[in-house]
Amino acid sequence: MSDDHSSPEYIEAAKKKYWKVFWVLMFGTFITVAMYFVYFEKMWQTVTVALLIATAKATCVAAIFMHLWGEKKLVYQILYATVFFFIGLMWLTLWAMNDAPFMTEWVR
Amino acid sequence: MEIPYTTQPREDTGLYNAKLGIWLFLASEVMLFGALFSSYILLRVGAAEGAWPHGLMNIPIGTFNTVVLITSSVTVVLSWAALKLGNFKRYQKIQAVTVICALGFLGIKTTEYNEKFHHYEIWFNEPMTVAEHPNLMNQSFVEETTINKELIGTVPSLIGHLNYIDKDGEKHHAGIAWTLATLKEKEIEEIEFELDTFHYRIPARIQAQIKKSGKYDKGEHETIRVQVSDLRRMSAFVPAHSTFFAIYFTMTALHALHVLAGAIVIAYILWRNNKLWKRDPERYTNRVEVSGLFWHFVDLVWIFLFPILYLL
Repeated sequence: MSDDHSSPEYIEAAKKKYWKVFWVLMFGTFITVAMYFVYFEKMWQTVTVALLIATAKATCVAAIFMHLWGEKKLVYQILYATVFFFIGLMWLTLWAMNDAPFMTEWVR
Repeated sequence: MEIPYTTQPREDTGLYNAKLGIWLFLASEVMLFGALFSSYILLRVGAAEGAWPHGLMNIPIGTFNTVVLITSSVTVVLSWAALKLGNFKRYQKIQAVTVICALGFLGIKTTEYNEKFHHYEIWFNEPMTVAEHPNLMNQSFVEETTINKELIGTVPSLIGHLNYIDKDGEKHHAGIAWTLATLKEKEIEEIEFELDTFHYRIPARIQAQIKKSGKYDKGEHETIRVQVSDLRRMSAFVPAHSTFFAIYFTMTALHALHVLAGAIVIAYILWRNNKLWKRDPERYTNRVEVSGLFWHFVDLVWIFLFPILYLL
C-alpha cells in the first residue's frame, strides 16, 4: 500500500476489490476440493492442477491483500532475492535425490 | 528520543521502517517454510510405492478451516481500510472478527489433532487375509469397483479405534498415543478394534470415486478382537506413526504457532494498544498494516498446506 494511495476514494474502491478477491479465494478453495473428486490419469496431473490453483490463490493474496501490486521497489528487490533462494532450495533438494554419496544408496 | 520513520518513509528506502522490517522477516519465513516444503517433496517422492498414506485427513474440517482463514484475511485488510477512513469503531468490530477466526482455526485444529491421537493402526506379525476375516474389509466396494483386489486381499495392518480387554474381560477405551510397549506394560493380552478400514490402502481420488458412486458401505466400527501377541507394531496417528504424520504435524504445528502469534499481536494492538490511535493515528494504522502483512502470510502458507497435506 503505497502512501500516495491513501485517499478515501482509493480506499473505498480498494474495499470492493478486497471482497472480489475474497470470493475468488472461496471459489479457488471450492475448485481445489472439487478436484479431489475428479479422476486424473496420472498423479503429476493432479499435483500440477492443485499447485496451479494454490499459486493463483496465493498470488491474489499477495498482490491485493498484501498490496504488492504497486509496492515500493525495495520490497520487490527483497522478494526477488527470496524467490531466487527459494527456487535454489527446491532444486538443490531435487538434485540431491539423485546424488547419494558413495555407499549410502538404498539397495533394494 | 523519538523513534524515526514510524510514519514517514525513509528517503533511501521509500518505506517506513516497520514495513521494511516485516518484509525482511517474511522473507526469512518463506525460507523457513520453504525448507519444510522441500523436505515434504523429498519424503513424498522418495516414499516406497504404496507407503504414503491417503485419505487419513478430514477434508470437510480442512476445507472449513481454509474458509475461516480466508475470511480472517479479508477482515484484516478491511479493518486496515476502516482505519484509513478514520472509522475506529468499524475497525474494532472487523478486527474482532479476525481474532475470533484465529481462535476458531486453532480450536478446529485442536479437535482435529485430538481425533488423530485417538485413531490407531495395528500391524500383524502375519498379514491377515480378507477371505478368512470378512469383517476386516467391507466387501461390497471391493467387488463392485475396479480396485486392484490383490492390493487389499491381504491386510498387513488395520486402522480404527482401540479398546482393551482387562483381566476380568471388561472393555475399556485406550488412552492417547499408546504403543505395543504400553499394552505389555499394562499386561493387556487382548484388544478390541473398532474398524475404519476404508482408509489408507486406497488412493484418495479412488476413495472419492467410490464414495461418489454410492456403492460405499462404510462397514466402520465393526469390531474385531486381536491377541496382543499377534501384533508386530501399534501406533496412534502421532508423529512416530509414519513419515507422513511426522511431516504433517511438523508443518501444521509450526503453522498453528504462527496463527497463535499473529492472533496475540492483532489482539494486543486491538485491545491494549488503542491509546496510540488517539495520540498518533497514522502510526497505529501502520502497526495494523504490519500485523496484517504477517497475517496474510500465514494465510498464504495454509493455501499451500491444505492441498498438499489433505488432498494429494
